[in-house]
Amino acid sequence: MTKEILLGDEAVALGAVHAGLTAGYSYPGTPASEIMEYLIRAARTAGTFVAAWSVNEKTAFEEALGVSFAGRRALVSMKHVGLNVAADPFMSAALTGVGGGFVVVVADDPSMHSSQNEQDSRFYAQFAQIPCFEPADHQEAYDMTREAFDLSERMNIPVMLRLVTRLSHSRAGVETGEARPQNGLKYGDRQCWTLLPMNARAQFKRVLELQLELVKISEGSRFNTLELNAADRSLGVIASGIAHNYVLENVREGAKKPSVLKVATYPIPEALVRKLVAHVDTVLVAEEGFPLIERSLKGLFGIPGKTLIGKLSGHIPPAGELSPESVRAALGMKPLERQAPSEFKPAGRPPQLCLGCPHADTFKALNKALEGFTKSNVFSDIGCYTLGYFPPYNAINTCVCMGASVGMAKGAAEAGVFPAVAVIGDSTFGHSGITALLSAAASHTNMIAIVLDNCTVAMTGGQPTFASGDRLLKIIEGVGVPKDHIRVITPLPKFHEQNVRIMKEEIEHSGLSVIVAARECLEETRKKNKRK
Amino acid sequence: MTTNRKQDIILAGVGGQGILSIAFVIDSAALKEGYNIKQAEVHGMAQRGGAVQSHLRLSKDRIYSDLIPRGEADLILSVEPLEALRYLDFLRPGGKLITSSAPFINIPDYPDRETLIEQVRRVPGSVVIDSEALAKEAGTSKAQNTVMLGAAAKDLVVSQDGLREFIRVLFAPRGEKILESNLKAFELGRRAAL
Ligand SMILES: Cc1ncc(C[n+]2csc(CCOP(=O)(O)OP(=O)(O)O)c2C)c(N)n1
Ligand code: SF4
Repeated sequence: MTKEILLGDEAVALGAVHAGLTAGYSYPGTPASEIMEYLIRAARTAGTFVAAWSVNEKTAFEEALGVSFAGRRALVSMKHVGLNVAADPFMSAALTGVGGGFVVVVADDPSMHSSQNEQDSRFYAQFAQIPCFEPADHQEAYDMTREAFDLSERMNIPVMLRLVTRLSHSRAGVETGEARPQNGLKYGDRQCWTLLPMNARAQFKRVLELQLELVKISEGSRFNTLELNAADRSLGVIASGIAHNYVLENVREGAKKPSVLKVATYPIPEALVRKLVAHVDTVLVAEEGFPLIERSLKGLFGIPGKTLIGKLSGHIPPAGELSPESVRAALGMKPLERQAPSEFKPAGRPPQLCLGCPHADTFKALNKALEGFTKSNVFSDIGCYTLGYFPPYNAINTCVCMGASVGMAKGAAEAGVFPAVAVIGDSTFGHSGITALLSAAASHTNMIAIVLDNCTVAMTGGQPTFASGDRLLKIIEGVGVPKDHIRVITPLPKFHEQNVRIMKEEIEHSGLSVIVAARECLEETRKKNKRK
Repeated sequence: MTTNRKQDIILAGVGGQGILSIAFVIDSAALKEGYNIKQAEVHGMAQRGGAVQSHLRLSKDRIYSDLIPRGEADLILSVEPLEALRYLDFLRPGGKLITSSAPFINIPDYPDRETLIEQVRRVPGSVVIDSEALAKEAGTSKAQNTVMLGAAAKDLVVSQDGLREFIRVLFAPRGEKILESNLKAFELGRRAAL
């Protein structure tokens, strides 16, 4: 056994490699990106498995599913909102079942450190009726990933591994084991994998019939632990994932120890929950994300004769991530003493575009070109350029989900907004913008899409992008945008006047225009120079 | 070097100032000296020039939470004076604040420099280091983070030789000159805090 310091994300990646991974796929997204970054580095040295970025999460999921069909072990990783994009294959993969072990790693971002919303992916696992593992620390992240592959293969079903930001982006020592060899090639059975209604009905029935056994397996998992305090039956805590760390952090020295059930696997290990509830008067449920366990305990009528507290009762804040303090308060403990606070309130320091960023020059030109129009007609998307929301630019009015800018601009144009402008990064365009542009081209919508081609996925740390440069231009032409109205500009201060003029011309043109603002991200240039 | 069984450190700065390098050196030295470690970091959006912090926990015993509870931090080590004041409520009574005096100004409402340093000095036992001048003296203004690591050295539970060893591991791949500047930056920071 060797001990390595790893990020939570990296512990998952290494666990997958040691489980005999044949291929892993992903699309970048905080806090999940470091899983694929690690796999790509590891694949480069080992050369025995595939690790690759895909164009979006749905594609990544389907690529991984193909590997599983071939009898070999596959991993797909993404941030929580990525699973919305991959939800279509995700829901049906529960029905097809798997060939080789298939693990879906989803990293949630409670508190929205780098996200547009909060979601709890455990609900997706419950929705698809597949098992879900929720590690509390790095060792579990490694061990559970290995076990998830075994379980997936044994039960013939995809398994979700759910991470949260604090584990994904924290480092700790991990003891690793022997690597298992990869599976050989074995083709899937066409009857299971072809979800025609007659086959799908049988496959769905199989998933339903599996549920009781999945509960039993969950109840028997070594990752769930129950410690009953025989001397004090007042309080019992059900803590899942990293919430368990916050409970132990607080009760470690406390004289009054509650009974504690740690839940690490789903479906909920019902027998263990029943034991804990029977033992105590008050049950506190602490879970990172939405109140999944708490809600199922509460049901419509609550637990007769017991007090149930947690997020639904207001004992733990319902939004944002847990903290040692919020769990401490819910445990009924006094806050720790702190150094006397100062009255000084430090000014906030939000993230911002780098000095000299190409997006800044595009926004300056766009603001100028739109002078005289009401400014609430710029539909933006997700990436570094979303920071154009802040002063001094104040350049954008929307950011909803990957690709939404183009579709929203089309809808707004059709509702009478003029000029309707979409602003979208090259990676986001490849991810979800192409289909929306195809739709706008087919309808000859009077709008402008500005594609910011900075040759990278900058916001998430500079992963490779696919719809960039020459290929980007060909795609735009290929979906049917008139050639005369595909304009390329270089967002640099010295071209400001020219860029404003081009934008104004395209505003005046009645129909669809695409302006590609092409200049490499400064971080990317810096990285390239460093490598030289 | 202090000799406790555990130490909780908040590293503070602005995205791009190199606090994760400091964390790497302390972590690696701690692991070698038999400590368990947990290190919570900020990746993603805030790294674009926003406020970033890292929670570094070292202990001979098991560490549960990845985040340091408010009131448990033994030390706040900041490479920027405004950021030094952002996490004061994490400090335990008697905890220590060591900060650079070099402001990183990328917001319009950045406070006046004197007021800021005056606020830092109000924190009992705070230490202010001119990391900018010392890094320049060491040969590169980029080594301010290493100066601050040096300034904290005597207050850390890991040995100074351990820290030096992993400064070598971190900077040797970047060339002899950068390594030498960083070793010098460490010494200058260390002496400035004596
Ligand atoms: C469905 C989904 N997947 C991933 C992300 C994470 N994410 C945020 S911005 C971004 C891409 C940004 O790349 P690009 O559009 O090229 O803009 P840039 O940051 O380079 O300016 C990604 C992948 C997300 N928010 N939603
Ligand atoms: S990382 Fe690149 S795209 Fe993002 S703000 Fe900086 S220069 Fe602009």
